[in-house]
Amino acid sequence: MKKSKFTLKLILSGLLIGTLAGVFFSGQKSTPYYPVPLLMSTCPPGFKLNANNECIARNLYNQYAITNKAGVGGLKSALPEVRDGFSPQEIDLGRYLFFDPALSADQTISCATCHDPNKGFGDGLPVSKGVDGVNLKRGAPSLYNVGYLKRLFWDGRATTLEEQMLEPLFSKEEMGNTPENLLRTINGIENYQKLFAEAFPKRQRDELIALSEITRAIAAFQSSLLSLNSKYDQYAHGYDKALNKHEIEGLNVFRSFVARCAECHTPPLFTNQQFAVIGTPEPDGLALDPGAEIPYKDKSLRGAFKVPSLRNIAKTAPYMHSGTFKTLRETVQFYTDGRGHAVPEGENLLIHWHIWEPNLTDYELDRLVDFLKTLTDESFKPIIPETLPSGLRTSKSST
Amino acid sequence: MKKKSPLLKIIGSIVLLGIGVFLGKSFFGQKNVNTVPIPSTMKYRNIGLSNDNTDVASHQGFTGKIIEVRKGSSIQNAVKEAIPGDLIRVYPGTYSENVYIDKDNISLQGVVINGEWPTLDGKKEINDAFLYSGNGILIENFKIINYKGNGVMGQAGNNFIIRNNWIIDTGVYGIFPQYGKNGLIEHNVLSKIADAAIYVGMCDNVDVLHNEVFDNVAGIEIENSRHCLVENNYAHNNTAGLLAFVTPGLPIKTTFDVILRNNFVVNNNHENFGAPGSTVSGIPAGTGILIMAADDVVVENNIITGNNNTGITIVDLATGAPKANDPNSEGNPDRVVILDNIMFNNGNAPTGEIKAIMLTQMDTKGPDIFAYGGGSGSTIRDKNRYRTFGLDNYGIAQMTDTKDIPTLMTPSPVPPRSVSKEELGELTYYGVCAGCHAFGNRLIGPPMEIIQAIHQNNPQGIVDYITAPKNLREDYPEMPPQDYLSHEAKMAVAEYILAMKD
Repeated sequence: MKKSKFTLKLILSGLLIGTLAGVFFSGQKSTPYYPVPLLMSTCPPGFKLNANNECIARNLYNQYAITNKAGVGGLKSALPEVRDGFSPQEIDLGRYLFFDPALSADQTISCATCHDPNKGFGDGLPVSKGVDGVNLKRGAPSLYNVGYLKRLFWDGRATTLEEQMLEPLFSKEEMGNTPENLLRTINGIENYQKLFAEAFPKRQRDELIALSEITRAIAAFQSSLLSLNSKYDQYAHGYDKALNKHEIEGLNVFRSFVARCAECHTPPLFTNQQFAVIGTPEPDGLALDPGAEIPYKDKSLRGAFKVPSLRNIAKTAPYMHSGTFKTLRETVQFYTDGRGHAVPEGENLLIHWHIWEPNLTDYELDRLVDFLKTLTDESFKPIIPETLPSGLRTSKSST
Repeated sequence: MKKKSPLLKIIGSIVLLGIGVFLGKSFFGQKNVNTVPIPSTMKYRNIGLSNDNTDVASHQGFTGKIIEVRKGSSIQNAVKEAIPGDLIRVYPGTYSENVYIDKDNISLQGVVINGEWPTLDGKKEINDAFLYSGNGILIENFKIINYKGNGVMGQAGNNFIIRNNWIIDTGVYGIFPQYGKNGLIEHNVLSKIADAAIYVGMCDNVDVLHNEVFDNVAGIEIENSRHCLVENNYAHNNTAGLLAFVTPGLPIKTTFDVILRNNFVVNNNHENFGAPGSTVSGIPAGTGILIMAADDVVVENNIITGNNNTGITIVDLATGAPKANDPNSEGNPDRVVILDNIMFNNGNAPTGEIKAIMLTQMDTKGPDIFAYGGGSGSTIRDKNRYRTFGLDNYGIAQMTDTKDIPTLMTPSPVPPRSVSKEELGELTYYGVCAGCHAFGNRLIGPPMEIIQAIHQNNPQGIVDYITAPKNLREDYPEMPPQDYLSHEAKMAVAEYILAMKD
């Protein structure tokens, strides 16, 4: 009895050692299926690495005194508080995840499908397309300077990037994934196991990749997307010649209390981050979008949307939440066509008080468009990864 | 029995009457009237001692050169020529232009000769007379007429002075500083403005003194601003005279610490001609002072007479602006303090809701002071002086006067944020250069250690190169000129680059 037990133990432990050794050696020998470079240890442009391996936003707007928390004002005004302090590795891992269609259920849609860096981090469509090309309800907003925003989505229903991204990831119409399937997919990719270990060095060995790590990395990358070096910014920092005569005329129309653009699209971010009911028409065949009325359960917010930033606006046509205007010229025309002129019959929207009848001339509208084009700056556009950890092709290379 | 009864009846009814009168008096009659001895504000009056000077606008005072603008030339051209510290003097004549000032410490001073004013005439075609974004802007002695938007509008810009201007029908606002800290608006005369004649919007530490505002929709409006003193102004024949309120939906959410003192708020009964949809378009004509959702407002020693709706209206947002909703705006007027004011002849012809509410009180007149809706902690020094409605929960004011507060401006000008040379270099490097360059590896441009090797101990070399780059390397794309950076920024970043270690 005793002997047989001992033999059994010996055999079992031998088996165990053998298996462990096998696993160990096979692990050493195996090469990654798709080789990817290691994560960057330097911060993206616009950020300085500090002693704690954190990337801290540093730009010319830091020279101005903070006079209000909202980060609104005039030309030489401080920006709102930004989300920074991510490590270079988290940001770079986020970049891979952002472009990787492995995040969607059918492995065809990545974040970049609708937020394409070559289209101003939008998608150029009136409303975005989800799985199987289905039309979604609203257009994809640009992600430039999204780290400064306190509310996300057109209707402001999310307050953090981490909270926001769960919707497109797990919406049946958008990326169609489930948390379980996403974690299974990512944990099953050896490259990601390594990259997550590198980006999150404090985690336990062999700990599975968590959803919170995926969302943190993507939020880190999104917060690094900056556009603060446009011709307008050069003018704002004191270089008079940055804008030509027409563009300055446009700036003066923009900030005048006749057109009132700057009252909501307030510098330096060109949004005051508030809700506004402006009463734009929907494209043919679409019913009125109730906007923020739904998440806030507030009838006074019917038809209200978050004021979008205008930075890189010339790169992100068409305009408004459902892309109803194809050009900037059509868009600025809307504001002078009369308060509530496009509100559907039977709707009683509480149109924002700044929407009135400024009677702008064609000349002034043209100058406004000239000015809006000075808000373009893509000098910090990130590099699209050539190889993805999943081995899939970036969704962009397919189109 | 029958003989006695009439006498008993008479005595009985007299006794009953007596008891009735006694009960009536004790239950329904006037209680003890608490009068205040002598209003302490009678002992001082904070006017006539204008101690402002150009030091308010800048540390140095006037330091630069004088640029003269005469009839037939352009004020804007002078602004383009000016550098911080300069004074632009504008002589009589008509100037139809939009003047914008995106520089710091520029003074614009009209010169009035023989009653002839330098006049900015917008001809109802031009949007704004003056637009400024710089700090330390002074605008004085101008006549401004017929603009579509504003007479003077500031976007940001601290330490401003706007005074001695005569502004007629300049569209939506007369004087409108927005997002400014520490400013003075005084001795201006404004009329026929379709919204507020003087509109302090989302500002801090602003004094509004000695102005005359009439024939406007709103006389003087303190909106979403803090620490503002409105003193010795004459507001007459506007739709509403003085206003302190919160507009919901703006990025800055509060109004508090406002003193309305020693003003004349008289006969503000003008028909409301505000644009449909504007906040002021809903204000009933005949409003002397309106306090809506603002906190810690002191109303002291004003003469408030002849306003046909009410002398003072104090309401919450739900009552005053029921359509707008902003979960982040706290809508109750809290801790309003009414000190001694002279009020009579108000409420002669109340309108709208106030008329309806007063009719429920069997009163056809509007009150001197009308409060409605939420709010707590409000007090009044001597309630018995005035005809009031809705002040039941107002306690007795804990303060007697504000004589120890001569101004709510900051004790010294708001200093510009001082950025050291090293920091400016760092901000420029990470904010601009890092798009194409890094230390240790090649991005679009060469790595920093190569640049260090070329320009060792020669920051001027880097400054020259980035101002007008010459393409020195075939294997790199040509660098765009960075001539838009200021000389200080260029030199700072050059030194920063040369000092970089990794």
